[in-house]
Amino acid sequence: MSDKKTTGVAPAAPAAPAAAARPSCLRGTGVTKVFGFGETRTVAVDHVDFDFHEGEIISIVGESGSGKTTISKMLLGLISVTEGQIDFQGKPRDISSHKKKNEYWKGIQAIFQDPFSSFNMFNKIDAVLLDCINMRGGKNLPKEEKVRLMTEACSFVNLKYAELTNKYPFELSGGQMQRLMIARIFLLKPKILLADEPTSMIDACSRATILDMLLKLRDEINMTIIFITHDIGLAYYISDSVYIMEHGKFVESGGADEVILTPKADYTKRLISDVPKIYEEWDLSTV
Amino acid sequence: MLNTIKQVFRSPRFLIGFIIFALMLLTVIFYPLFVKADPLAMVGNGNFFKPGTYVNVSETVTANRYTLNVDVSGAAKLDRQLNESDRSKMADWLIRFGGVDEAEIDTSDSVALVELWKNNYSPDADQPGLISTDKKSFERLDKRIDEILSSSGIIIATEEEDGTLTESETIDETSYVNINDLATTQTFVLGTDNFGRDVLTELVAATTTSLRIGLIAGLIATAIGLILGLIAGYLGGLVDDIITFITNLFTVIPSFVILILISYSVGQSARGVGLVAMIIGFTSWTWTTRSVRSQVISLRNRDHVNLSKLSGHSMFRIIFTDILPYIASYVVMALILQISSGILAEAQLSMLGLGPATTKTATLGLMMNWAMQYSAHLNGSWWAYFPVILTIALISFSLNLMNTGLDQVFNPQLRD
Repeated sequence: MSDKKTTGVAPAAPAAPAAAARPSCLRGTGVTKVFGFGETRTVAVDHVDFDFHEGEIISIVGESGSGKTTISKMLLGLISVTEGQIDFQGKPRDISSHKKKNEYWKGIQAIFQDPFSSFNMFNKIDAVLLDCINMRGGKNLPKEEKVRLMTEACSFVNLKYAELTNKYPFELSGGQMQRLMIARIFLLKPKILLADEPTSMIDACSRATILDMLLKLRDEINMTIIFITHDIGLAYYISDSVYIMEHGKFVESGGADEVILTPKADYTKRLISDVPKIYEEWDLSTV
Repeated sequence: MLNTIKQVFRSPRFLIGFIIFALMLLTVIFYPLFVKADPLAMVGNGNFFKPGTYVNVSETVTANRYTLNVDVSGAAKLDRQLNESDRSKMADWLIRFGGVDEAEIDTSDSVALVELWKNNYSPDADQPGLISTDKKSFERLDKRIDEILSSSGIIIATEEEDGTLTESETIDETSYVNINDLATTQTFVLGTDNFGRDVLTELVAATTTSLRIGLIAGLIATAIGLILGLIAGYLGGLVDDIITFITNLFTVIPSFVILILISYSVGQSARGVGLVAMIIGFTSWTWTTRSVRSQVISLRNRDHVNLSKLSGHSMFRIIFTDILPYIASYVVMALILQISSGILAEAQLSMLGLGPATTKTATLGLMMNWAMQYSAHLNGSWWAYFPVILTIALISFSLNLMNTGLDQVFNPQLRD
């Protein structure tokens, strides 16, 4: 299993230190989200606790409707938390004003599931990347420097800036768009990246490239990546620790090897048995 | 952008609607440049003159005369001057009192009919069942027939100092004037209305005013609807609840009733064109609000909006760059429909006598109202109301057609 989490491009990362040695960057206690009231009251996320450490890749695995997207939106601060507390880098998170939110969003960014709807189709690609440079305080940089930064970001995701400039997002393929999203993250360099099923809408070849790039982000910038997926095989491939989510609760959590190779909860076992058995070595149901 | 416009003009529905509307717009713009007369000048001294060219009678007398040798006597003249009702009247008298057999009478042969009439008619004959008015009308008809038969021209007389009349000239049956020689002819393509005003000129002016009313009302309604819809849809929560409540309140009360009540309460003197347009605008924004709100709700949870939030953009920037462009085509379509319904609302209000209370400008609705008040529909003066109906229908039709065309382009589900 030692070679499963290294990038194809970058040299293999040094063995991850023990989780306990890394500082916590996002911790939640009793985090709850309730939608509606009265008869329509729905508890989407029900008193969950978590502790994500710096430089780790954490997977949140669950079926559709288990509350994955709700928890990701709460982590991003896009929706409010009904109950409970989220600590960001050891301090209680404060997103009470627009300014404080902006400050928080310098530390946490996201890649979404559908690359086709992630871009404003009326803005050119340059505008998207320039926006990131501005957000990092590079508004007054000379034009050449901005172009250099954008070129660097594009080459990080194996895209050519010269070919993309003056194009609209819809002129690219789904895989290219998702890579551009990663280029955006590369420019922003947030502490935490929340990737909400970033590979589920793109083809298998691009999928491996995207995963490689996420690993590269972790290895090169020491980014914490929260990887949200319904695919436990993918989670096993990429993550250091795994949280299994069912009906708004974490039913099992721990190191990826520990959770997936020795599952305790019935739900985890079922998820593992649902992985398609195309290759023998991927047949996780036998372990 | 250019591509979208090309696509829009490739839609046959949009194109037809656009052409009709553009033609009307061009007429409205260019007609006043050629016809400078006051559209509400009372030209005719009387109600509802029928369409046609009017020739000054005194000028025809003094105009250059031409003698044309065309058949003006006998059969042709009788045919022309005795109309259908005269002939049936003659036949009726002959059968009832002249003792002529019905089979002998052929009303289409005017010469034979007149011969029968001359042989049998006598004003002194016993005419049981006829009142004296009827008897007199037959006498007048007989006199007219005599005049037609004996025509020897019209004598023009001049009055001497002592009051005696002296014949100065005779206008023969064969005398003609050329209409191009006459300086004072007046053509009313669509006749005149109840106040003796030229309907065509009035119609063009009315269309201008009605389009302006529609545009003002449409812009107001769309602006209110757009702003409220954007705020309610984007902010959600309590703000959304309040706006939705107000919108629902206005939806359940029929807007036309509110329109009538407001129009009535502002009073006759205050109700100008601008005010009526504003009243219409302020009562018809509800459905735009509802539809914009639902569009925004579906957009606000889209990833590109979330990403824009994560990029730290302000609410206004997100609304203007990430939401408005996506609903722009929809808003344009809503505006077109609002303009169309604004014009219709004005027409409805004016028909009820609650439109712009003005004698200075005409609107399509007011023209209908005037025609109705003077019973144009009962006395057969179709030219006073039918062109107005047709104009309203064409405006509404062309705008709706353009809207359907746009919908076909912008709504992928309807695309062929």
